[in-house]
Amino acid sequence: MAKMSYREALTETLHQEMANDENVIVMGEDVVGGTGSAGGPEAIGGVFGVTGGLFGKFGAERVIDMPISEAGIAGTAAGAALAGKRPVAEIMFSDFIGLCMDQLMNQAAKFRYMFGGKATCPMVLRTTYGAGMQAASQHSQSPHPMVTAIPGLKVAMPSTAADAKGLLTTAIRDDDPVIFFEHKTLYGLQGDVPEGDYLVPFGKARIVSEGNDCTLVATGRMVSFCEDAANALSADGITCDIIDPRTTSPLDEDAILDSVEKTGRLIVVDETPPRCSFAADVAALAASEVFSSLKAPIKTVTGPHSPVPFAKELETAFLPSPVKIKTVIEQTVNFS
Amino acid sequence: MQLAREELEQAYRQMKTIREFEDHLHREIAKGTIGGFTHLYGGQEAIAVGVCENLRDTDYITSTHRGHGHCIAKGCDVNGMMKELYGRADGLCKGKGGSMHVADMDVGMLGANGIVGGGPPLATGAALAAKLDGKGGVALSFGGDGSCNQGPVFESMNIAAILNLPSIYVYENNRYSEHTGASYVIASESIASRVEGFGIHTVKANGFDFFEVHEVMKELIAKCREGNGPCAVEFETTRFYGHFEGDPQNYRGPDEVKNDRENNDCVKIFRSKVTEAGLLSDEDLDKIDNEVINLIETSAEEAAAAPAPSPEEVTTDVYVSY
Ligand SMILES: Cc1ncc(C[n+]2csc(CCOP(=O)(O)OP(=O)(O)O)c2C)c(N)n1
Ligand SMILES: [Mg+2]
Repeated sequence: MAKMSYREALTETLHQEMANDENVIVMGEDVVGGTGSAGGPEAIGGVFGVTGGLFGKFGAERVIDMPISEAGIAGTAAGAALAGKRPVAEIMFSDFIGLCMDQLMNQAAKFRYMFGGKATCPMVLRTTYGAGMQAASQHSQSPHPMVTAIPGLKVAMPSTAADAKGLLTTAIRDDDPVIFFEHKTLYGLQGDVPEGDYLVPFGKARIVSEGNDCTLVATGRMVSFCEDAANALSADGITCDIIDPRTTSPLDEDAILDSVEKTGRLIVVDETPPRCSFAADVAALAASEVFSSLKAPIKTVTGPHSPVPFAKELETAFLPSPVKIKTVIEQTVNFS
Repeated sequence: MQLAREELEQAYRQMKTIREFEDHLHREIAKGTIGGFTHLYGGQEAIAVGVCENLRDTDYITSTHRGHGHCIAKGCDVNGMMKELYGRADGLCKGKGGSMHVADMDVGMLGANGIVGGGPPLATGAALAAKLDGKGGVALSFGGDGSCNQGPVFESMNIAAILNLPSIYVYENNRYSEHTGASYVIASESIASRVEGFGIHTVKANGFDFFEVHEVMKELIAKCREGNGPCAVEFETTRFYGHFEGDPQNYRGPDEVKNDRENNDCVKIFRSKVTEAGLLSDEDLDKIDNEVINLIETSAEEAAAAPAPSPEEVTTDVYVSY
């Protein structure tokens, strides 16, 4: 194990995978950072610093600064993947997936199926998501439900430094297109990360903590919010199962359902708006599969049905918080 | 320089207001008073002002992530903008938008934009509306060098050309998109030469000189109003600050910013031109400087003291009705 940040874990993984397999290439805006500038290349190494050092080690052929052309980046990655490469494309903010959508939903996601199982598209699209930095409506969204809804795409959302490494390694070696969501407030998060080759399988949830009274399901930054909420209740004798699915597609349904059967209560926490969301999806799953185990209505804690606002006070009101989660746990546990 | 005295004073006041507004934000952001992602326009003032002094309130503009200058030049209320950046309830967008989304429909300012290349298609649509209205209105998009590589920008310029729309595409080439050099990401000889390929009349001009900007735009906008179809301009310019506040700017040459501040400062250039030609005196200009500094100070004080939006505001304005 080595102590490192979520960011460093991602960087280490990219270095390892590029060294392991020469088909792995990295592309995106400012991933080298400084190409064509007076100061020269690698002045920056990614705006969030994740791709630092790759250019120096692997060179301009495999570490490619791209123009501001998200549709072109997503399509170039998809085409290169179809032709045998393993591109890791960076889309700086997941809000910009709006521009990539055709290449993702109509192209990359469907090749394998439309071509009768004869094609693979082993691309990874790394992107940042989440609110909490006052980055306002077009730089704070969490569009994982949108891509999770598309058959053919896999979706990973690490919440710890170790998972950042384990899931990214799996994503790069996976033969299907993977959308890889990095929460922008987690880059500095420290954790113990296994050294060398480390893979976390897709579709296998992390059981963050075990308890008896309620099941909490959350991804990304919301996992630690759930931990804080649950910890605040442990003195009252209330204990929770906290489940981080790690990947929303494939989804570890068994881990969620087993837990709900045990606790009889389910709260899903997600920072997106509530409609057609990951939270609604998991709630529907439990309602249809383990209805008879339920002791209380399933609850979701999500953002409201609105864009993410700019002002600090509004953004705070938008986001789930440990306090909001704690209140809902109390209501659920005390339901009669 | 066939501008009347009041026009010169107005132009200088606008440029100076943008400069002081941005310098104020630069200081406040360093202190942590203002949150979010803020991109400052300092250094490029001559373009926003030289362009917008040729526009009417009923004309439309779309802007970018680096939008404060365009907003001020198009006539957005400075106090309202300041409050918006401080995230206040009576900010221009009720504190919901922030720096990257300042907008004011009353003066034809259709929004700063967090999406690079988000504006030109919208300006194209506004130009379509203006054409249908038949009152000689135009719509103009501002964009950076980096924005010229977005597909929707290409598509909208082609749409404007085939529909002969009264739209104008302004490219402010400040040499960089974030940290990446323009020469690397733009393969054509220039942005202008590429835009020409769409069958759009395009010129290249010096964006450091207000008078050149103003003259070029005056002619282009007049032609556009007369129904001669879309046009475009590529302006050479520089930004005095980092891409965003806090950017260490390792990608810039050793004396690049220093040199630009000394030799390519559009506010200084304006000043020396008008004083040398005897059009305005240093006293005239100093007086405007003081008024602008006062305006910014007061608006900042008011913004700092203004109330935050109430939490219920999160879910208002999502729809007109639901
Ligand atoms: C669609 C999209 N892609 C990427 C970004 C991130 N980004 C913000 S500004 C910027 C550079 C823009 O460069 P340019 O158009 O030259 O404008 P400048 O910043 O120089 O004013 C980038 C890449 C974004 N906001 N939107
Ligand atoms: Mg630029």
